[in-house]
Amino acid sequence: MCTRTIVNRPESAPPRLPVCSHVPSVWPSAITVSPRPLPRPTLSAHSTSPSPLPPFPHPPPPAAPGPGMSDEGGAGEPLSDRQKREIAVWFLSNAPAGEIHYVAKDVRALLGDDAVYEAAAAEAFPEYNKAHLVSLELPDRSGDIIITTFGELDKNNYLDPRTAQVATVDHIKQTCTKLRPAADEELPSAYIEEFRSALDVELSKYVAEAYPKGVCAVYCTSGKDIEGPGADFGFAVVISAAKRSPQNFCNGSWRSIWTMEFNYELQFVDIKGKIQVDAHYFEEGNVQLDTNIDRKDSTIMQSPDDSAVSIASIIRHHESEYLSSLEESYLNLSDATFKDLRRKLPVTRTLFPWHNTLAFSLTRDLAKELALGK
Amino acid sequence: MEAAMDLMRRMPPGSAETALNALLSLLPDHSLDLLSQVCMDKENLKEYILCEYNRDADSYRSPWSNKYDPPLEDGTVPSEEMRNLEIEANEVFSVYRDQYYEGGISSVYIWEDEDNGGFIACFLIKKDGQGTRGYMQIGSWDAIHVIQVGPEEEGAAHYCLNSTVMLSLTTDNKQSGTFNLSGSIRRQMSMTLAVADGHLVNMGKMIEEMEGKLRNSLDQVYFGKTREMVCTLRPPPEVLNMRLPDS
Repeated sequence: MCTRTIVNRPESAPPRLPVCSHVPSVWPSAITVSPRPLPRPTLSAHSTSPSPLPPFPHPPPPAAPGPGMSDEGGAGEPLSDRQKREIAVWFLSNAPAGEIHYVAKDVRALLGDDAVYEAAAAEAFPEYNKAHLVSLELPDRSGDIIITTFGELDKNNYLDPRTAQVATVDHIKQTCTKLRPAADEELPSAYIEEFRSALDVELSKYVAEAYPKGVCAVYCTSGKDIEGPGADFGFAVVISAAKRSPQNFCNGSWRSIWTMEFNYELQFVDIKGKIQVDAHYFEEGNVQLDTNIDRKDSTIMQSPDDSAVSIASIIRHHESEYLSSLEESYLNLSDATFKDLRRKLPVTRTLFPWHNTLAFSLTRDLAKELALGK
Repeated sequence: MEAAMDLMRRMPPGSAETALNALLSLLPDHSLDLLSQVCMDKENLKEYILCEYNRDADSYRSPWSNKYDPPLEDGTVPSEEMRNLEIEANEVFSVYRDQYYEGGISSVYIWEDEDNGGFIACFLIKKDGQGTRGYMQIGSWDAIHVIQVGPEEEGAAHYCLNSTVMLSLTTDNKQSGTFNLSGSIRRQMSMTLAVADGHLVNMGKMIEEMEGKLRNSLDQVYFGKTREMVCTLRPPPEVLNMRLPDS
């Protein structure tokens, strides 16, 4: 009962792997340089990994194993540009917080094809910047703009609601190139802006206090043209705090998105949030923390200022609570979670008796025989 | 190659398999070492781990029966001396594995090192599963220990151990959401030891010491660093309060 099913064993046998030729001293991390092309096991085809697999060219299409086809892995077949681009995009999108430029450099070197790389970068960078809530300094140094779908006017133009400006963004360089005042139709009505800016003020106070490197913004997501009381509207709050410390092999980011629906009829505000925290430490290794949580809450609708205070305090409450729960997860980690994988010491609480293994296996044999005898 | 290594250092360790497959399709002249597959030895009803070290063409050799699956008539097998050591190593290592891991699967593969007259042994451990202590929901630990053993000279031999551990821990509950830590580290250790007690004792002790070190640095150093990062992003209230007098 083999969990691996070998598909399509070709008739012309692939070059054999002489097992002995594997020299471990040239065994960097998980990749081996082998003396010649090997018939590659197509592991992704049988992957049990829960992570979503990108549309890789593996396994090769089972169609028509022609006479020229030498092995199942398709090792000899060059990838099409489309396949290369998909792989490049996957790598770029999976770059840890703050590391997409390093990944881009590697991917570019591996591809050895600038046209394919440019296409992949053009596709991956905007998505990455939005997903990571990357913040960029405005050209006039009046503040930072967060790259998020909530402020996206088109592919390269993003609204900064606080300064009512629109920044043109170079996604790949991660810089703002141009700045213009937002047009009236890009901004919310005075009535909505009163709620929005009040919340922005409260939120900025909280973010400045809680996050040494945090930025935040409040966007109107629905009902921005409402002129006065009587209709529903929605906001999105975005908080992004990133720390880059490549010289210490460490990067991380805290991202939270809170959406609120103001229901006029019920005089009620529904609040939903998602917090994501990532950390990457990679000095002689690669360890990544990846956490997220969804939260829900609500409050009554009040004046713009009072609503702002109560919403900001709800966000503060949930985010501090989440930080404590992260701390707790870390505490449990060493004592319980990690022990489930591998103990510090054997169940016997002494080092393994390598010297007595002979006696050991004899006892085992005996135990086996006894068990059989039962 | 350097770019590939750097990429592997940055990609989420939980997606290492996907990342490697992607790399391999860009660099077809390389092979991969990941313990993603386990197979059942039908004769002995024991599971073993599939990797590059027990592969010949499309078949994998069971360390329990020494047979290839799917059957391969002329598959490479170790010499009798190496095979005897391999049998003993598998037996003993599975007890070791049980004592430290309380479960999991282990396999040992040994073959002659034609280049230097010694041999190479590969000790593999794979542990997957759910925690019993109520915190871990999904976890996995893959350890690959490759030891190159030099020829015996004046009663001693040189041992060069390369170890890689890849692990992933996930806890998931309503209160704390999804919490995943994953990582891979690799270390090397070389020793010249008397062979009087046998190769297995020497290799076993080195692996035990190495696994202890790797586990410890993951637990204390690597996980600690990610925790520090979280506290840098958002300092806990104690830290903020301590700062107040200054401001």
